[in-house]
Amino acid sequence: MDWNAAAGMLLALKDVSKSYTTSEGPIQVLRGVSLSLDAGENAALTGESGSGKSTLLHIVGGLDTADSGTVHLDGRDIAGMDDQQLAELRRGTVGLVFQQFNLIPSLDVAANLAFQARLAGRHDERWAAMLAERLGLSQLLKRYPEQLSGGQQQRVAIGRTLAARPKIILADEPTGNLDEATGDAVLDLMLGLQAETGAALLMVTHSARLAARFGRRFHLTGGKLA
Amino acid sequence: MIRESFIVLLSHWRRKPLQLIMLLLGLALATALWSAVQAINGEARASYARAAAVVGQDRLESLVQSDGSRFSQQIYVDLRRAGWLVSPIIEGEKRIGGERIRIIGIDPLTLPPQARQVDVMGAGIGLKNFITPPGILVTSPETAQRLEGAALPPVAVVDTLPPGTAMTDIGIAQSLLEVEGQVSRLLLWPTQPASAKPLEETAPGLIRRQPAVESDLSRLTDSFHLNLTAFGFLAFAVGIFIVHSAIGLAFEQRRAVFRTLRALGLPLRSLVILLAAELMAFALFSGLAGVALGYGVAWALLPDVAASLRGLYGAEVPGTLTIRPSVWLAGIAIAVAGTMVSAAGGLWRLWNMPLLAPARPRAWGLASERAMRLQALSGIALMVVTGALTQVGSGLVAGFAALAALLLGSALLLPPLLSSLLKLGSRTARSVLAQWFWADTRQQLPGLSLALMALLLALSANAGVGTMVSSFRLTFTGWLDQRLASELYVTARNQDEAQAMRDWLVPRSDAVLPIWNAETRVEGQPVQVFGIVDHATYRDNWPMLAQVPDVWDRIAASEAVLLNEQLARRSGLGLGDPVALSNGLSLPVAGIFSDYGNPKGQVIVSNDLLVKNFPDANRLRYAVRIDPAKAARLADDLRTAFALPLENVIDQASVKSFSLRIFDRTFAVTAALNVLTLGVAALAIFASLLTLSGMRLPQLAPVWAMGLTRRHLAGLELLRSIALAALTMIVAIPVGIGLSWMLLAVVNVEAFGWRLPLHLFPLDWVRLAIFALLAAGVAAAVPALRLARIPPAQLLKVFANES
Repeated sequence: MDWNAAAGMLLALKDVSKSYTTSEGPIQVLRGVSLSLDAGENAALTGESGSGKSTLLHIVGGLDTADSGTVHLDGRDIAGMDDQQLAELRRGTVGLVFQQFNLIPSLDVAANLAFQARLAGRHDERWAAMLAERLGLSQLLKRYPEQLSGGQQQRVAIGRTLAARPKIILADEPTGNLDEATGDAVLDLMLGLQAETGAALLMVTHSARLAARFGRRFHLTGGKLA
Repeated sequence: MIRESFIVLLSHWRRKPLQLIMLLLGLALATALWSAVQAINGEARASYARAAAVVGQDRLESLVQSDGSRFSQQIYVDLRRAGWLVSPIIEGEKRIGGERIRIIGIDPLTLPPQARQVDVMGAGIGLKNFITPPGILVTSPETAQRLEGAALPPVAVVDTLPPGTAMTDIGIAQSLLEVEGQVSRLLLWPTQPASAKPLEETAPGLIRRQPAVESDLSRLTDSFHLNLTAFGFLAFAVGIFIVHSAIGLAFEQRRAVFRTLRALGLPLRSLVILLAAELMAFALFSGLAGVALGYGVAWALLPDVAASLRGLYGAEVPGTLTIRPSVWLAGIAIAVAGTMVSAAGGLWRLWNMPLLAPARPRAWGLASERAMRLQALSGIALMVVTGALTQVGSGLVAGFAALAALLLGSALLLPPLLSSLLKLGSRTARSVLAQWFWADTRQQLPGLSLALMALLLALSANAGVGTMVSSFRLTFTGWLDQRLASELYVTARNQDEAQAMRDWLVPRSDAVLPIWNAETRVEGQPVQVFGIVDHATYRDNWPMLAQVPDVWDRIAASEAVLLNEQLARRSGLGLGDPVALSNGLSLPVAGIFSDYGNPKGQVIVSNDLLVKNFPDANRLRYAVRIDPAKAARLADDLRTAFALPLENVIDQASVKSFSLRIFDRTFAVTAALNVLTLGVAALAIFASLLTLSGMRLPQLAPVWAMGLTRRHLAGLELLRSIALAALTMIVAIPVGIGLSWMLLAVVNVEAFGWRLPLHLFPLDWVRLAIFALLAAGVAAAVPALRLARIPPAQLLKVFANES
């Protein structure tokens, strides 16, 4: 990879390594991973369990930090950021979608949809209403997460992320808890809206079938990109 | 299988040691406060029983005057000659060096065996020494200590007498009490000779009095001990909230284990028995620790309780504790009962849980709207019961039932009320964080509601009892100003000195007002009769609650009497009702006055009437009116002129400060129990927050992921606890005022016989609020600190579905 060229991209990772200390000694999860992604691009990140996919996603999203290497996101090196700066990065630049949906159970669908956008100070009523319409949530706005099906919850999670207009969407197996048909429908929506908003999308998945629908594919094996 | 299953169940506590500590601590504290009160009550009641048993009053019949007054010793001689087996007793109080001592004079030669509490024939005393002057005063060790240095006969110590009592030969006692030739009663031997002449012929003025099953003291103090018991129970209930919370959480956290064990073949019945056995072991351990701790608390509180009982009822209770098996058994029993009540719901749910029920660690906290509505309805129903009991109920039990209904009703209403307030907060919040904060707080409510209910109980009790005590103190201080209008109070050591002192004082002061008194019975109750002279001191200052228009003229003309409030209430006497005093003397009530802190009924008559009808009245005390600027000088001159000890001439300020000291000490035990209950409630919040904190991560991690720092989240968690405590405090104030009103208007009237006006003290509430907020802040600090420092890897587990 041409690092100088990559550094000008939305996301650029160079030689990122990460290990965890366990009771059985340190475990090396990522070993010198380098990759880049530009605005509007979408990519699938595949690999077997324990290959470091989620860890990589967490480092990119500012949820975790790398032991070594550099991570440039939106023109900034996030490796040296403190807690406050990482929080601002997550609020303003990144959109996260998780396998477990992780909606806020105390807020209704409408408040969940608007939550991150309002946190980032980018809430737009019309955009949120349009997203709700597109995601088929217009009739569910007053419901609470516990009253929704898995597919509905994941659509709310995607809507919450897109409502904040992040520059990059990081999705960690967003269809992992859904049946195949629902998973396909959710992915269709996600890819469609990602293309419309011009955000980059990096999605972790186990499924080669789903990965095939992405513009780019990265495969992790033993903490390294294959 | 059973052994392995039990080990699996117990392994939960090894993984969650803090939860185990909270459970054991909650149970031990609840038991401790309850046991402390039981130990104190037990000690006091044993002391009353000892007092009641003195010279066989609880077992033998007596011959007494119908009005309870003393009578001539000659009647005793006549009865003995007529063949009656009787033994004379003289009783009375004597002030010795500032202490009131109950002197009991006996005749050891005629005393029935059942009344021989003291072996005067024993080597330590000896009959000859006992009956010949100077005689011997037999007392308890505490009393002997108090009498050290006093000019009295030699003292012998025994353990069988209650404190504050001294027994001596009847002749010595008559001389000490200055009632030569008189007796208080005659003890009847259980069997009398058939040849004895009829009582009516030999002693027509005497009646037979049955043995006292329950002493006057025991009856009088019942309400005080009921008050203490109620407080102990409240503290126990607050502690049980912690236990309930910890057990409920442990059950829900182990749902998956229960399911697995059952799937592996452990029968449901065995599982329930194992859990019950586990809890029983905890209850026994905590119960034992709790009772031991309770004895420590009782040991610390007993001196104040003894002072309260002495100040309020004149009851003497020793300042030492006896280890009583009954307290240990009751403590362990209540610990086991409390644990089982706390676990009943969990065990019931387990009994009815389908084998394949999903493990939902937060299910216990997710109270449905319906459950909340049901709780609100129950709370409202209890409030209605409170109102009904206050209006139509009577007696102390109804008073306490109303108090319990008020407290329980308020506690049940608290979560629905908070839920509504938080919903309103969430709807009206402008910023997204505020909206989330209120909504999330509302969602935490079911998990915190037990702790908040415990806090409400503790805060309401604190505000209520605090308001009651402060109202009482304010009224009491004003009342002291009225009642203690004279500048000096003097006590002579004997009749001759009293007369000489009076003659000396008259030309040197504005007025010398006798405070002469006698003892009698009104409506079967022992009362003090005081005689007063007609003087502006009484007309201007006496704290009257109700009076006829010409009250003082009628008293001066010996046409009427005044009653203190407690006597009027206990006897159901009002203005105009006749009061039978003695020897056929009956006069109407012309006024009722407040007489706080006095356990006895009191009647005031004109001094002439007292002297005429009670020839053996105590005539040693006087109140002296003089220009306040000259009072100190006069007091010094009087002491010098008569070589009086300091305590025999007391100025108004000293009496007031002494009275206020007694007052404050009386309520010191209430204050201590209040603080302990608040401490337990704070612990309940701490326990709940700590256990909830582990379950909060799935709710907090997404907010963190969306751009809030851990410190920010920790700050919000701290704020949440403080906000909930503040809201609870706001609810506690009206509940406390209601509680205080019921204590003043219902319970105190039944317990002490006086009703007090309610005063409000907002500054006290501010202090209490600060304490509550601090307690909530401290309780939330540890979980918040943990959250602020939690490694991101732990938060990330939420998203990896590994937590």
